[in-house]
Amino acid sequence: MADAVLTSHPAAGVEPFGPRPRRVFSRRNIFLYGTLIMVSLYYLLPLYVMIVTSLKGMPEIRFGNVFAPPLEITFEPWVKAWSTACTGLNCEGLSRGFWNSVRITIPSVIVSIAIASINGYALANWRFKGANIFFTILIVGAFIPYQVMIYPIVIILREMGIYGTLTGLVLVHTIFGMPINTLLFRNYFASVPEELFKAARVDGAGFWGIYFRIMLPMSLPIFVVAMIIQVTGIWNDFLFGVVYTKPETYPMTVQLNNIVNSVQGVKEYNVNMAATLLTGLVPLIVYFISGKLFVRGIAAGAVKG
Amino acid sequence: MATETSKRPNTLFRNLNAKIASLPMIFTALVVFVGGTVWTVVYSFTNSRLLPRLQFVGLDQYERLWSTPRWLASIENLMIYGVLSLIFSLTIGFVLAALLDQKIRFESVFRTIILYPFALSFIVTGLVWQWLLNPDFGVQHFVRGLGWETFTFNPLYDQSIVIYGILIAALWQGTGLVMCLMLAGLRGIDEDIWKAARVDGIPMWKTYIFIVIPMMRPVFVTTLVIIASGIVRVYDLVVAQTSGGPGHASEVPAKYVYDYMFSAQNLGQGFAASTMMLLTVLIVVVPWAYLEFGGRNKRG
Amino acid sequence: MNTFKAAIAASTLLACASVSQATDLEVTHWWTSGGEAAAVAEFAKAFDATGNKWVDGAIAGGGNTARPVFISRITGGDPMAATQFNHGRQAEELVQAGLMRDFTELAEKEGWKNFVRPVSLLDGCTVDGKIYCVPINIHSWQWLWLSHKAFADAGVPVPTNWDEFVAAAPALEKAGKVPLAIGGQPWQRTGAFNVLIPAIAGKETFLKVYQDKDEAVAAGPEMAKVFKAADDARRMAANSNVQDWNQATNLVITGQAGGQIMGDWAQGEFQVAGQVAGTDYSCLPGLGVNELISVGGDAFYFPIQKDEAKTKAQEVLASVMLSPETQVAFNLKKGSVPVRGDVDLAAANDCMKKGLDILAKGNTIPDPPRLNTEDTNNQLNDLFVEFFATPSMTPEDAQKRYADIIAKAD
Repeated sequence: MADAVLTSHPAAGVEPFGPRPRRVFSRRNIFLYGTLIMVSLYYLLPLYVMIVTSLKGMPEIRFGNVFAPPLEITFEPWVKAWSTACTGLNCEGLSRGFWNSVRITIPSVIVSIAIASINGYALANWRFKGANIFFTILIVGAFIPYQVMIYPIVIILREMGIYGTLTGLVLVHTIFGMPINTLLFRNYFASVPEELFKAARVDGAGFWGIYFRIMLPMSLPIFVVAMIIQVTGIWNDFLFGVVYTKPETYPMTVQLNNIVNSVQGVKEYNVNMAATLLTGLVPLIVYFISGKLFVRGIAAGAVKG
Repeated sequence: MATETSKRPNTLFRNLNAKIASLPMIFTALVVFVGGTVWTVVYSFTNSRLLPRLQFVGLDQYERLWSTPRWLASIENLMIYGVLSLIFSLTIGFVLAALLDQKIRFESVFRTIILYPFALSFIVTGLVWQWLLNPDFGVQHFVRGLGWETFTFNPLYDQSIVIYGILIAALWQGTGLVMCLMLAGLRGIDEDIWKAARVDGIPMWKTYIFIVIPMMRPVFVTTLVIIASGIVRVYDLVVAQTSGGPGHASEVPAKYVYDYMFSAQNLGQGFAASTMMLLTVLIVVVPWAYLEFGGRNKRG
Repeated sequence: MNTFKAAIAASTLLACASVSQATDLEVTHWWTSGGEAAAVAEFAKAFDATGNKWVDGAIAGGGNTARPVFISRITGGDPMAATQFNHGRQAEELVQAGLMRDFTELAEKEGWKNFVRPVSLLDGCTVDGKIYCVPINIHSWQWLWLSHKAFADAGVPVPTNWDEFVAAAPALEKAGKVPLAIGGQPWQRTGAFNVLIPAIAGKETFLKVYQDKDEAVAAGPEMAKVFKAADDARRMAANSNVQDWNQATNLVITGQAGGQIMGDWAQGEFQVAGQVAGTDYSCLPGLGVNELISVGGDAFYFPIQKDEAKTKAQEVLASVMLSPETQVAFNLKKGSVPVRGDVDLAAANDCMKKGLDILAKGNTIPDPPRLNTEDTNNQLNDLFVEFFATPSMTPEDAQKRYADIIAKAD
């Protein structure tokens, strides 16, 4: 029972289980909401500053303070960040990398989650001899700095003949997403009641049968969590995207880096902020949509149990 | 399930499907992580510069490493940052989750607000906080503008507190996920526990500390792995925010590794540094991971 | 075949256009700022005019971000057709591993040795007597840029050498100026220090330390003077809270700082700000003490290609980069000096002319990054980052560690 991570214990209901609130304006409520609102301000402040800065012109940025709302709203930095900012000779802004990022992220997320969920399932429900050794290696692998693995992976990809291809990059993302996601799935599947599993075995279902017919349908919440982690990680990845692909398939973050890190000239903070927001938009949207799913997923998983 | 049949003969074909399905994991574990690590360790005993080559020089790289002030500073910084980061993320994450678990209104709004920074990359986080903590534009400038002329808050240009400037940004980015994991864990606690605690008249904080938290152990384990691996690998944030400065006050080991591998073109030195990092991780993580995941065949 | 090659080699752009067929060449570099990109565009334009196509692969963030990418690509077996490196020892091993194209034949045919000036530039491209890269510009480090406004505000005359500058520092500070602007990036500190060596201790000492790696000289009294000067520089720069070099230059342009030690690329910033050499700012080569300048710069390397057409196009690109027209167009945009001695630079300004004069007199020293490995350069960076940020570190301690690094350098 204590193994339930990120779930929904089967016996639990749909609602939160903390102590119940009493009156609307009790001292407790004032403290509770007061704290949450203060905390929210800390989390929102940087976003506010990013948005406000991205709507200002450069002179206003140089002389104003970062918290002041723009005197004159301009969308020019956004237009520039999206479509005209230059990297070397390519003056197409972030738009150049957007579709590349989509093309990289979608297969990488799907493949890495599929493999991690199967790993987790095998580890939790079909443990074979030595499985835990591999799993321990995987967990230790989560602590290896990515930079260290650049050369070994160059060699592996070269020997496999997929260096510089999309396949190669998907493989790299799958490898580095594996430790955390396998851990999540393993813990989640382990919390599924044993009776369900046994009943399915009695009915003659095998490894894949149980996975697809029993485990998958009740695993929405954990898939959402894994998706959040993977979409964020892969979309925001710069290192692998730039080392293991070519200019024509560079993801959006390479352009972002180019805009933000231009070594010379005046730093255009407004364009930087607009570019930053544009790049972050996709993961943010995924959050806003899946945030709901997250809650619903937990609820659904709980009812099923 | 795994234990009941482990004494049967013909073990290779037992559970065949599970083994086939685990091949990608086995490949990753053996070829990439073990293979890559062994490769790195072997080349850390060579004088490889730009390209890896097998000219062994014994422990030279390690001797040099441990006599380099920058490396020593990096280790010290990482320890301070790591301990603080671990304590604060777990505490803040848990407290926020407990607050959100009080059947409050607008829970999803608050949750989204706290989680959204996680969607942004470290480069972005570093940039924004560099901007906010800049003495001439950011918080210090703003507070002084309010009439508080002597107010000083300049973490990014002050050697003694720069690590806190980085911590502020790291917590802003990372606590949301911790909060979410904790929240999910709290939701997994049986309501009967709360009822029983209330009937017995145990105060709420005691229920959390002595009953709920021990029950959430697996959640803490997952969270710990996520936070700790993030700490060991911290790189982008430092580069974006301070580039390791002022002086060496915010240097971290991963940056040393990267700089010596690629900027200094001294692979041997970079590999020696990363081997030391790995070794530390192994000493701490392996016994723990073995107890946690291996060892007994307890379920799950 | 040979005549065909010769035709390309000896060609002007027009001649090329008529014989070669269109080939896409991917060229990688880390020039992404406005001026740099404009300069690269000149290369691309000239190359495209030959009927081929320049595919641009720029990566911002400087060499430290870009180089790992380049090296991984080359060793991963999927190389670009041409790539920027600072010439010298950065690409040495790639050459030794046989991954780079040998251009000796082309160089002889076109007579690079006859027009590349100074000839020592080609030495940076030469490994075992063979030429592996194309030098494209000359940059020098040894300049002190002074703001006339800052000194006027402080009520002291504009100094004409380093000692006067140090003497004027208290007056500048009293007027609320930062005497010496140095950005936070490590290379700026090491750069400034390396400029102090020939200026204070002379060419001999400089060569003994960096060329011969003479530990005794590095620990000796001449270098002690340099460390004394570095100590002055540290005090004068204590309040410059900027990161990028051009932000530091901006402090000089706006008169918030008295001066900056920076390479000739800083000139571009003064030009963009509409400042005139001699009236708004002064430049002192060799800090006004020893008029020596170093000869460094950028170069392009050409990884070996499997594709025949690309291999041919690489030669076209190499000769286009060195052609007189492209050299002038590129370097005027980049703010550097062409590598050809036979082109006319009428557009050069006051400071650039000073530099050309010194070059003509042959008062040059090799660029330190070319004499040291990147490893040594990085160790020096680490040392000077610490030195400049830690007032409690004495010049003597720093010199001891400096001598140690030099002793272990190869």
